[in-house]
Amino acid sequence: MNIKEIKAQFPILNQQINGHPLVYLDSAATSQKPVQVIEAIEDYYKRINSNVHRGVHTLGTWATDAYEGAREKVRKFINAKETAEVIFTRGTTTSLNMVATCYAREFLQEGDEIVTTIMEHHSNFIPWQQVAKATGATFKFIPLQPDGTVSLVDVKKTITDKTKLVSIAYVSNVTGTIHPIKEIAKIAHQHGAVMCVDAAQGAPHLKLDVQDLDCDFLAFSGHKMAGPTGIGVLYGKRALLEKMAPYEFGGEMIDFVDLYDSTWKELPWKFEGGTPIIAGAVGLGAAIDFLQDIGMDEIERHEQQLVHYAMEKLSPLEGLTIYGPKERSGLVTFNLSDVHPHDLATVLDSYGIAVRAGHHCAQPLMKWLQVSATARASFYIYNTEEDIDALVKGLLKTKEYFGNVFLG
Amino acid sequence: MSSLDDLYRRVIMDHYQRPRNRGEMDQDSVTINLNNPTCGDRIQLQLKVEDGIIKDVKFLGEGCSISMSSASMMTEAVKGGSVEDALKMADLFSRLMQGESIEDEDLDIGDIEALAGVSKFPARIKCATLAWKALQQGVHDSAK
Repeated sequence: MNIKEIKAQFPILNQQINGHPLVYLDSAATSQKPVQVIEAIEDYYKRINSNVHRGVHTLGTWATDAYEGAREKVRKFINAKETAEVIFTRGTTTSLNMVATCYAREFLQEGDEIVTTIMEHHSNFIPWQQVAKATGATFKFIPLQPDGTVSLVDVKKTITDKTKLVSIAYVSNVTGTIHPIKEIAKIAHQHGAVMCVDAAQGAPHLKLDVQDLDCDFLAFSGHKMAGPTGIGVLYGKRALLEKMAPYEFGGEMIDFVDLYDSTWKELPWKFEGGTPIIAGAVGLGAAIDFLQDIGMDEIERHEQQLVHYAMEKLSPLEGLTIYGPKERSGLVTFNLSDVHPHDLATVLDSYGIAVRAGHHCAQPLMKWLQVSATARASFYIYNTEEDIDALVKGLLKTKEYFGNVFLG
Repeated sequence: MSSLDDLYRRVIMDHYQRPRNRGEMDQDSVTINLNNPTCGDRIQLQLKVEDGIIKDVKFLGEGCSISMSSASMMTEAVKGGSVEDALKMADLFSRLMQGESIEDEDLDIGDIEALAGVSKFPARIKCATLAWKALQQGVHDSAK
């Protein structure tokens, strides 16, 4: 694939920031959007906009077709058995909260166990922590190896017959660790537990196959995978979704409404109360088309090449600490000597380089790493080796700058 | 001077490296803990107020050069002065962060004016104001 051609499809990247060409290295926070996605949303509002599932008039039919067409694209993208298992949500956070509220709170009780790790993003941590508090279930963590990975030996030790739910990120947003989800799911199932996957950092970068992973729930967001903000997905196995009560009540999700009771629409609409995020789903559908035109295998290969190049160029820098394993997804989290990551990010920004600085919504992991914050450079399909060269140059300038201020 | 140099003036880095009034005092004080949840900066501020005068002030914390130097400068400016002046300074500081000129004011805010460059970096204003927010809360709690 030709990266220059791909990059040219992202209008936002073609601009100067603080007098320098923008080097966008914050795609793990949110990715940029190609013109195809922006135009699909524009086209939806200019030509199609109408409410869905009430299609007496033509626009209503078009809008419903666009919305349900997007669902079919998602189904294929994750290889779900049927579209009934694909629920549109506001994003990963909402998806995981739906599992916590409609599944875990309903079916877990005192003595049961919820298993996760301390390296989760807060959105795959706090929902379970609160379920544990509310139900009396025990909140357990698979211990981490020094490089921020988990070993299957520890997974087997942590998951027991009391474990009812295991929820783990496919890819860590801090260390880039790619967890062996398929193997963990297998172990969870051997003990009768349900396997939930936070795929927010997985869906944009790896080929997803929920049937092959054999996970029970899987959550991801559109905006990290070239789609718009405000749209996400919850995948769930039909049998589990069937036994769960709705998340929100109101329009769009009902079958019959009586004065003292109501019944719900069938899946997946039972979980989509209110007018859905139609334009967002259309945008996500366009993003999936865009990614699949390139090919998820190609995307993964490109990012692996970039991250290896980044590790090779960054590792020799004096004073630079890199967190996480050698083999990782397309991101590098680091600290530079005594320079606080915020100060570092401000200096890099003055050279047009956008990186993330802070705790990355993973405070328990920061504690484990014994740092208060880190900087993170994350890559996507539009990034090039030149971007990493710019980062290295920026880091050297940062060192020089703070060296002078500190010593001067 | 570039805006980056303006942000990281030497006096700021001096306060960052050699913070004034850093530490803890005995129980006979008001303690405020504040953090900046979006970035993880933390401050503990302790105030001893007697007869409307800030007798002593100490801080502990973790954060970037802007947040920690601002805390150091703030303690230096308010220590020994009246609560009233401290609150006026907090107000002045918030105007400084909005890019307003505060040259004509009677209050001596010492080194603090060095932080004026922060106003050109909207993402960093929160770092600079954390300590002042703790001060305002501390004064409020002392009055109880």
